[in-house]
Amino acid sequence: MTRKQKRLAVIGGLGAVVALATTLILLALRDQIVFFYSPSEIQAKAVAVGVPIRLGGLVKEGSWIRDGETNDFVVTDGATELATRFQGILPDLFTEGQGVVVEGALTSAGTFAATNVLAKHDENYMPKEVVEALKANGEWQREAGG
Amino acid sequence: MAIELGHFALILAFAIATASAMLGLWAWRQGDRVGLMLRQGALLQFLLVAAAFAALIQAFVVSDFSLAIAWQHSHSAQPLLFKITSVWGNHEGSMVLWILILVGMGAAVAMFGSNLPRDLLALVLGAQSLLVAAFTGFTLFTSNPFARLSPVPFEGQELNPILQDVGLAVHPPLLYAGYVGFSVCFSFAIAALISGRIDAAWARWVRPWTLVSWVFLTLGIAMGSYWAYYELGWGGWWFWDPVENASFMPWLAATALLHSALVMEKRNALKIWTIFLAIITFSLSLLGTFMVRSGVLTSVHTFASDPTRGLVILALLAAFIGGAFALFAFRASALRAGGLFAPISREGALILNNLFLATATAAVLTGTLYPILLEALTGRTISVGAPFFTLTFGAIMAPLLIVLPFGPFLAWKRGDLIAVTQRLAGAAGATIFVTILVFALSGASVSLAPVGLLLGFWVGFGAIAELIDKAGFGRMSLGLSLRRLAGLPRTAFSTALAHFGVGVSVIGIVAATAWQAELVTTMQVGESREIGGYTVTLDDVSERQGENFGAETARFTVTTPGGGLRMLAPERRLYPASQTPTTEAAIETYGLSQLYLQLGESNPDGSHVIRAWFKPYVTLIWLGAVLMAGAGVLSLTDRRLRIGAPRPAARTAPAE
Repeated sequence: MTRKQKRLAVIGGLGAVVALATTLILLALRDQIVFFYSPSEIQAKAVAVGVPIRLGGLVKEGSWIRDGETNDFVVTDGATELATRFQGILPDLFTEGQGVVVEGALTSAGTFAATNVLAKHDENYMPKEVVEALKANGEWQREAGG
Repeated sequence: MAIELGHFALILAFAIATASAMLGLWAWRQGDRVGLMLRQGALLQFLLVAAAFAALIQAFVVSDFSLAIAWQHSHSAQPLLFKITSVWGNHEGSMVLWILILVGMGAAVAMFGSNLPRDLLALVLGAQSLLVAAFTGFTLFTSNPFARLSPVPFEGQELNPILQDVGLAVHPPLLYAGYVGFSVCFSFAIAALISGRIDAAWARWVRPWTLVSWVFLTLGIAMGSYWAYYELGWGGWWFWDPVENASFMPWLAATALLHSALVMEKRNALKIWTIFLAIITFSLSLLGTFMVRSGVLTSVHTFASDPTRGLVILALLAAFIGGAFALFAFRASALRAGGLFAPISREGALILNNLFLATATAAVLTGTLYPILLEALTGRTISVGAPFFTLTFGAIMAPLLIVLPFGPFLAWKRGDLIAVTQRLAGAAGATIFVTILVFALSGASVSLAPVGLLLGFWVGFGAIAELIDKAGFGRMSLGLSLRRLAGLPRTAFSTALAHFGVGVSVIGIVAATAWQAELVTTMQVGESREIGGYTVTLDDVSERQGENFGAETARFTVTTPGGGLRMLAPERRLYPASQTPTTEAAIETYGLSQLYLQLGESNPDGSHVIRAWFKPYVTLIWLGAVLMAGAGVLSLTDRRLRIGAPRPAARTAPAE
């Protein structure tokens, strides 16, 4: 091989790896991203059953029922409510009336099966998505969080 | 009074840094007097910032709540250690720690750099001082840690209880030392671009700084991962949280930098790329420290942010990163590029390493920034979670791990792939044998676990094979081989050890993911459950009073498969000062595996929710990282790499 051919081979090889990686990233971005919804949006956009999504809102006062490791609670954005079930130990700062982000999917019964409840790490912190969703529904009060 | 002195010290450091930056960047051709002034300036900056930091620590230790950040983030009932760590458990204080390490690095360059060419030294210290000036200015003007309160509050608001842990004493300083250490590489890169002179000696001067920072960053990330694992109580050790990604990206880039600097040192090639990597690494470090403070991203690590501060941060990042790349664009063509070489060679393998690491960095960067971008463009809120990263990162790393063992075997300039493959046959055989053995013994079949284990063992055995081959075991008498082994340069051992560490971590990740057992259950006192062959019995649940918290403690007896007995006591705590509950998991290590118990809420019938994990070989994940860091330290002690060791004869003029 001449010097020029060699150079072309190296550049071609590098290009192939980069192209492959880019394809992979784009494919993964199409399939693996998780959309965030408020209960109202879930209702309005008819989210399919079983698709992993994130649900955000407030835990409705008086809705949290615990039976052993099973936790039932209602996530609300003021306009719409969604019954949610989570098996396991909830994060320390999970309480009624607080903002919450839940990962999981809708069930055919129209409830939400949570696989993961995201912890808030201090009492002043409200997930940004939740703030946005609450603002959209006119439920946002400044003192509810920052 | 001490607080005011600290404040003045920081302002003075700001002034000296500003002057040093101007002096260094404009008068770098002027010779010895400038060099001497800059070196003294660097030492002064360090002493002044250290004084400012000491003033903060003193205020926290004596619980002086007239200091606003002490009032916000400390409490008189906190144990002494947590009073001290509270200093950097907040935005303002952590900025001072960050700057302290920055000036520390500058002072170290000034101390050890006496044999650097004086124009290069002046430029490096000038660039370093510019960083100090910018970030000290940012701290003083937008997030002053010395702000006072009047009237003085009676009691503080307490450090977030999740942060009240030894982890906070270790993790941020290590991580910052890593991040900030790369500022030296950055300054060296800027110096090379401005002076237009770059050669193999440059790579040798930069390498120790890259290594030191890389060691700190490796340990910092590993420590952070372990801290999250035991403190957050989710049993996970990596969440692909934006901030974790932010610390991981500079690590990937720095690993690439370590390898490309090697090519530059040995073959005088890849110069422009190495400069580029040095800039990228520190840019990613800056992104890591500040992205979360700008309020653009929310995550576990978010400090309370205010919008003006966020804008200033983004402007600073844009100025430094953009400025460096503009300089790079203008000046890179002035640097003489190195020659070409055969694709099958040591340098070819190192380029492949760089290609994969750079691509992996880009993938992580894409996943981290994509949600911000999409939200800005379409208003749609999404999250890019673990599945994205596992898929892309895994797919990019797998080929890298396959070719990794070949690299150290290949000769510089022109390698012989067939001969190398023959020499690696033993390692390949051992890999396949051990992997089959593991699956025969465990009987488990998880989709990708065999592939992962094969890769891990392959990298591990490959590293051992490299040492065996270099020492010539099997080709000559045992005594001679042993003597040859002892005579190998330390860098040979550090290469093998670092690669072995990679293999160990991979095995740990695969094993802990594939064979983990998880159990969520309710238990009455006296009941037993079984997990992973261990029997867990709940003996009793009692209340206890800690220094600044109340706790509900469960006591478990664990019977190991071998019949041994252990006591575990997970807790639920309530910190009354901030009304914050926390969960303290109890973790017991058996060999390399861990049993992880977490106590949940109690039920009306007196039973308790318990979550338990058995994580086989999970400690290998962090052990691998420690091995890698150890390899870095070992490499630093190599005679040829000691700071200042290479003295090109033409430029030995001492700095004064």
